[in-house]
Amino acid sequence: MSAARTIATARRVLAQLRHDPRTIALLLVVPCVLMTLLKYMFDDEPAVFDHTGAPLLGVFPLIVMFLITSVATLRERTSGTLERLLTMPLAKLDLLLGYALAFGLLALVQALVVFGLTLGPLGLTVAGPTWLLFLVALANGLLGTALGLFVSAFAATEFQAVQFLPAFILPQFLLCGLFASRDSMAPVLHWISDILPLSYAVEAMNRLTTETGVSSLIVRDLLILAGCAVLALALGAATLRRRSA
Amino acid sequence: MNSAVTVTDLHVERGGHVVLPSVSLRIEAGSVTGLLGPSGCGKTTLLRCLVGVQRVASGEVAVLGLPAGSAPLRSRVGYVTQAPSVYQDLSVEENLRYFAAVLGAPRGDVARVIELVGLAGRERDLVARLSGGQRARVSLAAALLGTPELLILDEPTVGLDPVLRRDLWDLFHRLADTGVTFVVSSHVMDEASRCDQLLLMREGRIIAADSPQALLTETGAADIESAFLTLVSAEQRTQA
Repeated sequence: MSAARTIATARRVLAQLRHDPRTIALLLVVPCVLMTLLKYMFDDEPAVFDHTGAPLLGVFPLIVMFLITSVATLRERTSGTLERLLTMPLAKLDLLLGYALAFGLLALVQALVVFGLTLGPLGLTVAGPTWLLFLVALANGLLGTALGLFVSAFAATEFQAVQFLPAFILPQFLLCGLFASRDSMAPVLHWISDILPLSYAVEAMNRLTTETGVSSLIVRDLLILAGCAVLALALGAATLRRRSA
Repeated sequence: MNSAVTVTDLHVERGGHVVLPSVSLRIEAGSVTGLLGPSGCGKTTLLRCLVGVQRVASGEVAVLGLPAGSAPLRSRVGYVTQAPSVYQDLSVEENLRYFAAVLGAPRGDVARVIELVGLAGRERDLVARLSGGQRARVSLAAALLGTPELLILDEPTVGLDPVLRRDLWDLFHRLADTGVTFVVSSHVMDEASRCDQLLLMREGRIIAADSPQALLTETGAADIESAFLTLVSAEQRTQA
């Protein structure tokens, strides 16, 4: 493993994005438009906006980074560049951390823009500290990247990679507690939601809307999210093979 | 003679088919060796074995005295796949700068290899906007970065302008004179005359391994394509 190779990889991934300004614009503008939509959907009920808006802020980085990473990694596999890199003195961890660094940074930039709009002009009120909001968004972005890296190993085409979003993320989205409280679900579903990382992303954001300060429970949520990201990265590393059939 | 590559009883299956039944060969260090044979005969699989990216069923592949694909070889062996494996959405320079960083090659190396493959002036062009031949040269340039001792090139000159093709072969020989070993595959038999040594391949087997001149003398053929046919029909006669 080498820091220089990891940073070179992150710079390369960001350079690829820089050549694709439309994607950058979309991933910054779309969450802003959706948050604005949500704000005026609940025009008469600002409290509803407060407690559905915050969890959504946690969901965006996860979904966006998942999509971008799974397509980027798939491209890397199909274009032969992954095979080339694996014949070079690049550790698998250099590649994975390079991606995580680049897309983690992107998640932070996205959070900066979207939170700026939502907490400012849209007037979402959050009880917890703002820096913690960014930390949760970063953890979610990294988790999305890690899951995307892992899942892309099972996709042979872009069509399949895109289908992994509804297959992999939507069930989590339904069970994460955003639509119905997890306590009110059928016991089996509640149990399943307990092991899905998105539940903790939403839980962390929910705590931030109501609790001031840093509670031990929110630290636990963050640790679970980080742990899931590390686990997904490790599984992703296992899918990178220097030798293939 | 010093050998850069030694392959012993290599057996490879892909998708339930035997691609290489039992290949043995050696490649002299500092030579330009051509691996020639029709499309689908197993050239790419054999090259992948030399690089160490192919899963093999049995047999040994030693490269520069080490097992193929072992970690110390990763900066000493360059590999260019048939389809250019470079980032389409990066410029020529950005691609090479990244690969140079991965290989730990000095920064000035990027300009050197761009010059070598004749892409000076196109540094800032996106690879996606280049022609197929230019993309192939970016891919080749990436393999020339650093100080590779063995270069494995899978059909590097296909579809190139004849002048450029000659220039690249000249480049291979210039580098070979400094001790770099080249293994170059092609399905075009008329590239044979540009090689020091030839490996003729058919249906997963090496049917001849010699210099072009020796092969012509041995078969009495006028060119390598006829020599290839003579060898195949001689073999079929012994089998019948």
